[in-house]
Amino acid sequence: MLRIHCPVCGLRDETEFTYGGDATMRRPDMTESDPKAWVDYVFIRDNPRGPHKEYWHHVTGCRQWLIVKRDTLTHEISGSYLAREVADLADEVAA
Amino acid sequence: MTARRLPSGGRIDRSRTIRVQFDGRSFVAHPGDTLASALLAGGQTLLARSFKYHRPRGLMAAGVEEPHALVHLRDGNRHEPNAQATMVEAFDGLKSTSQNAWPSLQFDVGAVNGLMSRFFGAGFYYKTFIGPLKGTGFWMFWERLIRRAAGMGRATTLDDPDHYEKINAFCDVLIAGTGPAGLAAALAAGRKGENVILVEQDHVLGGSLLNEQAGAPSDTWLSHAEAELRDLPNVRILSRTTAFGAYDTEVFGLVERFQDHVRAPEAGKPRQRYWLVRTKRAILATGAIERPMVFAGNDVPGVMLASAVRKYLNRYAVLAGKNVVVATNNDSAYTPALELAKAGAKVVICDLRRNIPAGLADSVKKAAIDLRLGQAVLKAEGGKSVRGTYIVPVDSNGRATAKGTRVICDLVAVSGGWAPALHLWSQRFGKPQYHASLDAFLPPAEKGAFLCVGSLAGAASLQEALSQGHAAGGSIGREPSLSGPDDFWGRDLMPVTVITKADGSTPGKAFVDFQHDVKLADVDQAYLEGYVSVEHLKRYTTSGMAADQGKTSNLNALARMATLRGMEIPSVGTTTFRPPYTPVAIGAIVGHDHGLYFRPTRLSTIHDWHKENAAEMIEAGAWLRPWYYPAKGENIRGAYIREAAHVREHVGIVDVSTLGKIAAQGPDTAEFLNRMYANGFKTLEIGRLRYGVMLREDGFIMDDGATARLGQNDYFMSTTTANAAKVLAMAEHLLQTAWRDLKVHVTTVTDQWAAIAIAGPKSRDLLTAVTKADLSKETLPNNHLAYVLVADVPCRLHRMSYSGELAYELYIPAKSGRKVWEALVAAGAPFNLKPYGTEAMGALRIEKGHVAGAEIEGRTTMKDLGLEAFASSKKPFVGSVLRKRPVLEDPKRPSLVGLEIIGNTGAKAGSLLFSLNGPTKGHGEGWVSSTTYSPALKKNIALALLARGPARIGETIQVVDFLGSQTLQAKVVSHHFFDPEGHRQNG
Repeated sequence: MLRIHCPVCGLRDETEFTYGGDATMRRPDMTESDPKAWVDYVFIRDNPRGPHKEYWHHVTGCRQWLIVKRDTLTHEISGSYLAREVADLADEVAA
Repeated sequence: MTARRLPSGGRIDRSRTIRVQFDGRSFVAHPGDTLASALLAGGQTLLARSFKYHRPRGLMAAGVEEPHALVHLRDGNRHEPNAQATMVEAFDGLKSTSQNAWPSLQFDVGAVNGLMSRFFGAGFYYKTFIGPLKGTGFWMFWERLIRRAAGMGRATTLDDPDHYEKINAFCDVLIAGTGPAGLAAALAAGRKGENVILVEQDHVLGGSLLNEQAGAPSDTWLSHAEAELRDLPNVRILSRTTAFGAYDTEVFGLVERFQDHVRAPEAGKPRQRYWLVRTKRAILATGAIERPMVFAGNDVPGVMLASAVRKYLNRYAVLAGKNVVVATNNDSAYTPALELAKAGAKVVICDLRRNIPAGLADSVKKAAIDLRLGQAVLKAEGGKSVRGTYIVPVDSNGRATAKGTRVICDLVAVSGGWAPALHLWSQRFGKPQYHASLDAFLPPAEKGAFLCVGSLAGAASLQEALSQGHAAGGSIGREPSLSGPDDFWGRDLMPVTVITKADGSTPGKAFVDFQHDVKLADVDQAYLEGYVSVEHLKRYTTSGMAADQGKTSNLNALARMATLRGMEIPSVGTTTFRPPYTPVAIGAIVGHDHGLYFRPTRLSTIHDWHKENAAEMIEAGAWLRPWYYPAKGENIRGAYIREAAHVREHVGIVDVSTLGKIAAQGPDTAEFLNRMYANGFKTLEIGRLRYGVMLREDGFIMDDGATARLGQNDYFMSTTTANAAKVLAMAEHLLQTAWRDLKVHVTTVTDQWAAIAIAGPKSRDLLTAVTKADLSKETLPNNHLAYVLVADVPCRLHRMSYSGELAYELYIPAKSGRKVWEALVAAGAPFNLKPYGTEAMGALRIEKGHVAGAEIEGRTTMKDLGLEAFASSKKPFVGSVLRKRPVLEDPKRPSLVGLEIIGNTGAKAGSLLFSLNGPTKGHGEGWVSSTTYSPALKKNIALALLARGPARIGETIQVVDFLGSQTLQAKVVSHHFFDPEGHRQNG
């Protein structure tokens, strides 16, 4: 079991969260009409071995979506942020 | 083997006598005994039959590593299989029986398997069940027989009468093991004021110190240490508790066998407890497990680990044999050898090494022990009990170099070195480091918040173990000081554990994995067949895969493979340990979370009324909903047809409190809804309702429901019961990530509102009477809302219809749900009001052609379900681009139609559709999604998805239920079966 630091609620059990997938993906603009951009966003994922950024939803807590830096190999968590407070989702998190 | 209890000594309470049973025979024991020590004391050397060959087996060990002595415990509904006799505390009246033997342990017909062993070697299943006779049927026929012949104990099929509980705990430091290192760590950490949880699988503290002779100098230290720890309020000691799992982020799983040492748990007490402990750091002091040697007959009862022989002698005062051969490759077996000699046994030591430390040689000489250097046991002889050994001189590879001698004995005490119990460490971090001089894998001294101390870390003496523990705990207070026997196994160990003839073979079966009957020859065969990686070796031979997870076998299997491949052990590698360290009862993991308590059951605030009025309830997600209200003697079919017909003729009410309800508020809510739903929401006026369809990002339909605009910035969304959580999570995700520019807040209000649907031609009259409000068609047209009072409760009345009748939904503050329901029932008598359940609701919506969960099932698009008209072309929305993927626009996709079934039998949901004259093979041209008898149409109807559906209206097709072998014919019609123009709902 992981324990995840929620910036609002503190260190909490993984069972309070649901996994939300790859947080390095940037949703195309609403006006984007090219299907390729949407196919990339919805279906195409890297499967990195090592450091990764993921969405986790504190679903039985404060209901905030977090961006969690987690190592997929060691499960080590090196940071977690409120998604709404990250300045530019794709760029900031990729840094 | 002639084991007996010594007249004095041991750590048992001789003042009390208790009795335990094995296979009907009664044995005298004392508190402090295990089942194993009691049976050994009573001379019972045959305890089990082996897994595959049904060979006689006795005790090999005295702890968690015991591979042979698995027994049934208790009887009736407390019957328990595969208990290790070495881990079961003896209590008065304990019943145990042997397993995997027929007709008896003494005479077991299955032993004939031993003669067939050349057919049951590694890969037996794979080879036998492929080839000419392959096939599932063939396997399934044999599996039953094989499982009966080869196996472990039998579980009971009766319900477990005991209860188990779960505990969540937090601490600063979790310490596993209360041997000298663990106790020293706990003392230092406890003195420092850290919040400590100290875990011990035994019922007493002390670990390896308990294997010293009673009265040893360490006993005084042990009792002082325990007293100090028990005085510290910040130290919690959990005995009879095993730390079985180390999980990410310093979370540990423990199982406490709280009431396993009594006949039945005391009233109100759980039998076991499952602890989930979150700690800041962990100190592992789990010790080491002695390693057996591999030679012919190394499984015969009477061949035991030297440390186990010592433990039975010193802790339980049981002398396991009179004539003992000690076979060793290291110093640690000398202490038991000397103690056995002192207790009166005749001892022969054969040591693979040609030289041993002078001090050891002197002491064995003084004890009149026959010491044979450079020699090893090639074979242990005997059937149900060891009768002798054949001892040979060996070379540095463990191969016999000359003829040997036969030594009569009734006990063989073996030490092939030691394996640190690094299971918990390995569960977290994987591969440990191999130390050639110790011939053992060790965890690195420190890793993150984990510290390993004592024998686990290869401590060379008792003092070093104490020092390591003291330092790991925080070095607070005086460092404990104790001297123990100078017999560190790692000092001059000769890393050879496999003893063979000169040609490399063994004169008889030599076992690597005892519990799964994996022989040395099986490892050799795996090598010859190319299964050389440790992971393949494990799975092909099943070595290390039994209930003991290879505690005594992993290293010997690895070592043999390394020899065969001409490689060093670290190059061959090691497998990773997984939780649990020792078996954990499923009951402990489940705790109270079973049956009705598996998850919370959600109840509407009107639930009690439904129960009082004899409703049959049905599960809908986590909710219980009224399914139907049977009249006396009425079945479900009679009830739902009556209820549905009643709604069309009079008026009915149904509890729809389970609908998902979301408050969406803020200045940009209209834009938010416009993006979430496929249809436009910007034009929705205050006081109006609009049905909406919502897609997933991939363009498939996710959900549908009505949204009400309550104020300028205040909207009330409703979702289906099943998708409420999914819709809210998606809305939150988008608002917190991609749509952060929108000023909108969403929150669930499902539990805040009870909801009642009132449907039927008399619904307006009823509501007018109850509310005294003007609800005329002009004041409150369809898709409008009004604020009303019912029984003095302020409610919101939405005019909208799911049944196709004139209908309303009443939203009520949740706590007043029942009050308003009862007010409606009371006022409804003159209008012939009846409640109806979900089954009738389903019949009504199918008649009307409305889609529900059976149609919005994740694989259907708006086009498939004939909802295309709701999709706005003027704006983008979630899924608007991907729903237009060419494959989803294909006219051959199954699309929604209605079916009128020909004949008097209804279709089964899930039936497949085929052309009238075509073959009924394969997946068909579509399927039936929802089915009902329609009281309005007086026929069986269904909703279905049919390839090119709308173009086939008028065609007759076949409806085949392959499960029930039912074939029907049906006419394809519009899914708007009833009142397609909507006169009734708009009236």
